Amino acid sequence: MSKVFGSGNTACAMAVKDADVDFVAAYPITPQTAVAEKIAAYIAQGIMDANYLPVESEHSAASAIAAASAVGARVFTATASQGLLYMHEILHYAAGGRLPLVMANVNRAVNMPWCLYADHQDAVSQRDTGWIQLFAASNQEIYDSILLAFKVAEEVQIPVMINYDGFLVSHSMMPFETLDENKIKEYLPPYDPSWRLHPQWGGTFGNVTFSEQYVPYRESLTRDVKRAGELIIRCAREFEELTGRWHGGYFDVYRPEDASFFLLSMGSMGKEMELAVDLLRQEGIPAAGLRLRVFCPFPKEELSALLPTGTNLLVFDRNLVYGSAAGVLLQESRAALYDRRDEIRIAGISVGLGGEDLPASLLADKAREMIQEVKK
Amino acid sequence: MKIKDLSTLEYITPGTGACAGCPSTIGLRIIGKALGENAIGFLTPSCAVASMGLTPQTCYTFPALNICFASAGASAGGAAMALDALYRKGKLQGEKPVVFNWVGDGGTYDIGFQGLSGSAERNDDYIHFCYNNEAYSNTGNQRSGATPQFALTTTSPTGKEIGQKNMPLLMLEHRPPYVATASLAYPMDLYRKVEKAKNITGFRYIEIHMPCCTSWRFPAADTIKMSKLAVRTGAWLLWEGEYGKLTLNGVTASLAEGRRKPAPLENYLKPQGRFSTMFKSPDKDKHLAFIEYNIHRELEFMAGRAKLLK
Amino acid sequence: MDKKIVQPISRPVQGACGVTGTWRSQRPILDTSLCNGCLICWLYCPEAAISREDRDIDFTYCKGCGICAVECGKKAIRMVKEEIK
Repeated sequence: MSKVFGSGNTACAMAVKDADVDFVAAYPITPQTAVAEKIAAYIAQGIMDANYLPVESEHSAASAIAAASAVGARVFTATASQGLLYMHEILHYAAGGRLPLVMANVNRAVNMPWCLYADHQDAVSQRDTGWIQLFAASNQEIYDSILLAFKVAEEVQIPVMINYDGFLVSHSMMPFETLDENKIKEYLPPYDPSWRLHPQWGGTFGNVTFSEQYVPYRESLTRDVKRAGELIIRCAREFEELTGRWHGGYFDVYRPEDASFFLLSMGSMGKEMELAVDLLRQEGIPAAGLRLRVFCPFPKEELSALLPTGTNLLVFDRNLVYGSAAGVLLQESRAALYDRRDEIRIAGISVGLGGEDLPASLLADKAREMIQEVKK
Repeated sequence: MKIKDLSTLEYITPGTGACAGCPSTIGLRIIGKALGENAIGFLTPSCAVASMGLTPQTCYTFPALNICFASAGASAGGAAMALDALYRKGKLQGEKPVVFNWVGDGGTYDIGFQGLSGSAERNDDYIHFCYNNEAYSNTGNQRSGATPQFALTTTSPTGKEIGQKNMPLLMLEHRPPYVATASLAYPMDLYRKVEKAKNITGFRYIEIHMPCCTSWRFPAADTIKMSKLAVRTGAWLLWEGEYGKLTLNGVTASLAEGRRKPAPLENYLKPQGRFSTMFKSPDKDKHLAFIEYNIHRELEFMAGRAKLLK
Repeated sequence: MDKKIVQPISRPVQGACGVTGTWRSQRPILDTSLCNGCLICWLYCPEAAISREDRDIDFTYCKGCGICAVECGKKAIRMVKEEIK
């Protein structure tokens, strides 16, 4: 174990280096670029034994790692924003084909107009691709989540996306700890798929289907995405036992004691929210923070279990569902809590779009506005 | 090497979904005999995929991954590179398989062009086969970048206004280790080129002309006859190139050197229903002369290109 | 976790797309006395339905395209109308 002072992108690249990845394909995009650069440098320096394909597009990055995964390699790519959108077709392909890709997405606004800063529209637009999506809020959490992602992806054979906010996290220097090779080996066994694209295994992959063949594949995917939630928690617990490091389960819960107002958010906003909760608590408002770590599969039951009867959920989305009141988290929350609509009041807003600065004071202001709304 | 010496290995099993007279399955059979058992293939959406059988059955005996339409360059390149890492790291043992694409003109000339160009520039290690039937035959004959001028397709219903691009030459100008064109009418030439490509490392591109009886509208029995006429009229040129050096082959070389007269163009075009509107047009002679001019121009151009680098 | 992962894998079988011999409207007939065993019919069969050993045609799968008849240099194969039984 060594202590590093580095950026979120460095934490990401170092985890990939340490995870015995065989193949990386990447295309540069702000604010992901340093990930693509650092991995290339590690390989060139001989401190990472992997092959690197400097592809000509994100569609190709995803196509390359999907095929590489099919031949049995442990694979990785990283992207952001438009790059993620350009991969969209292959995201469906990989999840449907049960290929355990791991990708870092450095959350950034999508066009038009162009905007380079933190925003979750890129990731939430991929909600229905069948990928598992995690959101990390610190460099330590990025490093640890990458290792967890490989373990989860390969066990359940569903691809995993680790999200972290552009610039706010990707470019912020923070201390983090790596993990020794022997401990990683203990935590993350070699990838040993039951089928490979290889003459030894044979067979063709992805022939056409009619509905009677198609439906069982879709059913198994949605069933296993749902089940992957438990697996994520189990793997996080195993990691805690091994390292003592714990970032939360489905949620990173802050000051839940006697809380009436639960402030739900994802990403770096969720860390800032802790300060907002402190501000509100100082005023005597019983607030708590819920930083969602597992966006897909959305933890419906677990959210409900955190909220006692008579409490309020205030949802902060860093994305928009166009034409609706706020964002995807609000919609998911309302759906999750529909059966308890007489017990729990819900309000939501979209904030922080395009990297809009979100100091704790502003989040507290927004929380107060929503408290007035739910009190009506 | 004679037909009798070819391997008994078959890349297809009888009972395919391909049209009667399909050139693609013939092509797969020939390249399979050269590539052998230690190979993996990538297929993009095309007739070759639509006709390979429904999950969980397939008529292809080689291991293959059906990939997305624009993915051929990156997927094959990525798989080859990943295999290289797995063998180097001892995670797989034995001889690394040959990686190849079996992709139509749509996946090569059009939607797959960017990925292939990037792949050729990077010199990714696989063989790209373009089976060029000059249209989107799988979806019912729409125009592609490989469709010749005046040909009727459902998206060029009055005849295509412009000719095809010279895709193999574009690939040659990436200066990869090997680029070749081939025809089913000259199977041993095709076989030789595949075997040659197999023993080269890096990006290799082989484009096979595939007269499609369904889209072009000629009798299924004449698939090979049309292949032959395409070469003998000069409408399809046979050549190969290494690192940008180009050599004309066989009949094409004879035509270029004037040792052989091209076969009458009408023999090739008239039996093809896709040119029926052109043949009925009052400008028929003008159009035919234009096609002939372009064939001649292309032959001269390629012969000239061959002389540029010795 | 349920280890039974459902990946869309297909295995090669004969007749993956059915008994394609039923598509046939014409049937190739080989006159073995004219055959010189050049194997061009074997090589050019899109269905791999002609035996390399004795040019026996597998009528379960032969679609009757007629390429073999056109390409046979010895005119040993002729196409006859398929009789409906």
